[in-house]
Amino acid sequence: MFADFLVSLRRRGLPVGANEWLAFHDALGKDLIRDLDDLYGVGRALLVHSEGGFDPYDLAFAETFQGAEIQEIADAVKAWLASPVDPAGLSPEAFEQLTGMSLEELRRKFQETLREQKERHDRGNRWVGTGGTSPYGNSGRNPAGIRVGAGGGRSAVQVAEERRYRNYRTDVTIDVRQFKTALRALRSLGREGEEVLDLDETIAETGRQGGEIELVFNPDRKNTVRLVLLMDAGGSMAPYARLVDRLFTAASEASHWKSFDHYFFHNVPYGRLYTDMERLEAVPTEEVLRNHPKDVKVVFVGDACMAPWELTAVGGAIGLWDHNAASGLDWVQRFRRRFAHTIWLNPEPQRFWRHPTIEAIGNVLPMFPLSLDGLRAGIKKLKRGPAVR
Amino acid sequence: MSEFDLFSGTAKYIADASLSRDVNAAVALGRPLLVKGEPGTGKTLLATAVAEALGMTLLTWHVKSTTKAQDGLYHYDVVQRLNDSRFGDGDISDIRRYIKDGVLGRAFKADERVVLLIDEIDKADLEFPNDLLHELDAMSFHVHELDETVAARHRPVVVITSNAEKELPDAFLRRCVFHYIDFPTRDAMETIVRVHFPDVNDRLLEAAIVRFYEVRRVRGLRKKPSTSELIDWLFVLMRAGLDPADVARNVPFLGALLKQEQDTELVERKLGVA
Repeated sequence: MFADFLVSLRRRGLPVGANEWLAFHDALGKDLIRDLDDLYGVGRALLVHSEGGFDPYDLAFAETFQGAEIQEIADAVKAWLASPVDPAGLSPEAFEQLTGMSLEELRRKFQETLREQKERHDRGNRWVGTGGTSPYGNSGRNPAGIRVGAGGGRSAVQVAEERRYRNYRTDVTIDVRQFKTALRALRSLGREGEEVLDLDETIAETGRQGGEIELVFNPDRKNTVRLVLLMDAGGSMAPYARLVDRLFTAASEASHWKSFDHYFFHNVPYGRLYTDMERLEAVPTEEVLRNHPKDVKVVFVGDACMAPWELTAVGGAIGLWDHNAASGLDWVQRFRRRFAHTIWLNPEPQRFWRHPTIEAIGNVLPMFPLSLDGLRAGIKKLKRGPAVR
Repeated sequence: MSEFDLFSGTAKYIADASLSRDVNAAVALGRPLLVKGEPGTGKTLLATAVAEALGMTLLTWHVKSTTKAQDGLYHYDVVQRLNDSRFGDGDISDIRRYIKDGVLGRAFKADERVVLLIDEIDKADLEFPNDLLHELDAMSFHVHELDETVAARHRPVVVITSNAEKELPDAFLRRCVFHYIDFPTRDAMETIVRVHFPDVNDRLLEAAIVRFYEVRRVRGLRKKPSTSELIDWLFVLMRAGLDPADVARNVPFLGALLKQEQDTELVERKLGVA
């Protein structure tokens, strides 16, 4: 069962590695886990590293331990104890007691134990919840998901099933701050700007001068990343307006760019790019291509959904004033050729990406979902640069 | 109380079962405890409480945007030495005079086990946590200038707080026990507040807490008020000797709860108060 748990966690994208898994076993061996609540809590603390992972963890936990008969858990413990991780284990008699016990019997056992009101401290018994009064008395903890007494806590599985951390999932929700955090990864340092004291050079130079102090100054290290953000402000993007708005806010508020420029387009860029969302002020796309150095990072944001001719035909632009001498796809390719570091972020759920125009653009530019995970993957791509084609 | 139930909060610090459990797990496993949560939910105070409960000294390392991992280990004051060599003050042949321990160095050299708080680790450079991996794993570091290794005499209890301004590297996270401080429920909040104001008027407290959660529920707030703001606010309410009815009718001293003008306007509009 513990192996199932690991599989379930990993299948849900939680990067549980050997290090975490061993730590988890370490915790089991150290007597830190006395019931299912502890298992849930300590497991989460050791196996999950951010609140974004809580929801997948809850799902995996509920899946693995949902309706788990105490026998299964006992077997899992047995299997675990038989492994060399921890040679000290339950007494054989304790196991005799455990095996074959149904939930019904367990309830009965609980009541007996509660009546007995005495502390027992052997590990095996604690696991099935005969560990004296303290685990149930005030906090109502119990191993297999049964409530003990009114006013007690809910079982770990129930808590897990509630999925209280759904909103922290990194593949679903994003706010400006999270975008900012992700964008901070996009930087590369180069020496320019303010002069600061270079200690090593100062010492070397002072040595060369025979002890006469000679101060050496060098420019500080600054981020050299320039970013150009191009956003689709067309009608089909309306459902994603808030999301794009947050990305834009994050990118423009982030102070670490060497330069930051943004433009708007409708569906796909043609001969002109707009500098305002209402698409009233425009600059020739040629100029944008020319005026930005080749190493600028370019991020397109759009759903890439349109009628095929809007993308591939000359004169296919949807806007009346947008008569295009080159096709939209052509312009995308020009961007790709001019700026090696270009990606496309698509707010459309990935399962709809089998659309012809999405695929066509995806063939030219690396496309990522406009989610926190997608943005991170995109930034990695931007930093690494393009695959050689 | 078993040997692992060392921490369960203090008289001044209310820790729920899950937090206590994670603290105890971190202590027992000798792993750093990484604490995240909304600002004002008592992340930093936790280290103080742990130190108090465990009867250990607390050493704090406040991380800033310019902090380097090296700063925590030791500092070789080469500029001072250079200056002394030229303008002759003191014995420059003794390099030890110019090597000063950082917080981590002091924690390692301490005679007793201490609690080490690394506060707001995410403020520093993205690589900062990685630079500390070895030091926190092995609990030792090498002083190159002396060719000596400083190893922890007692493995400190390490508490690390983060506001999630930056992502922390995976390799670093794998070594930590992670705890996310949930925002307190209404009941828990009442307990917390009573710790700070033991003789608060029940009706005032009730009214304030109801108001407080109403304000927090307003959508679109840039910065939701948290526990520390509630405590400040209550302090003001009590000082001003306000009647609980005032709090139920209005939101007096809203400025103690909300720090941004847009938020204040938003709340006044949404809750229909002035």
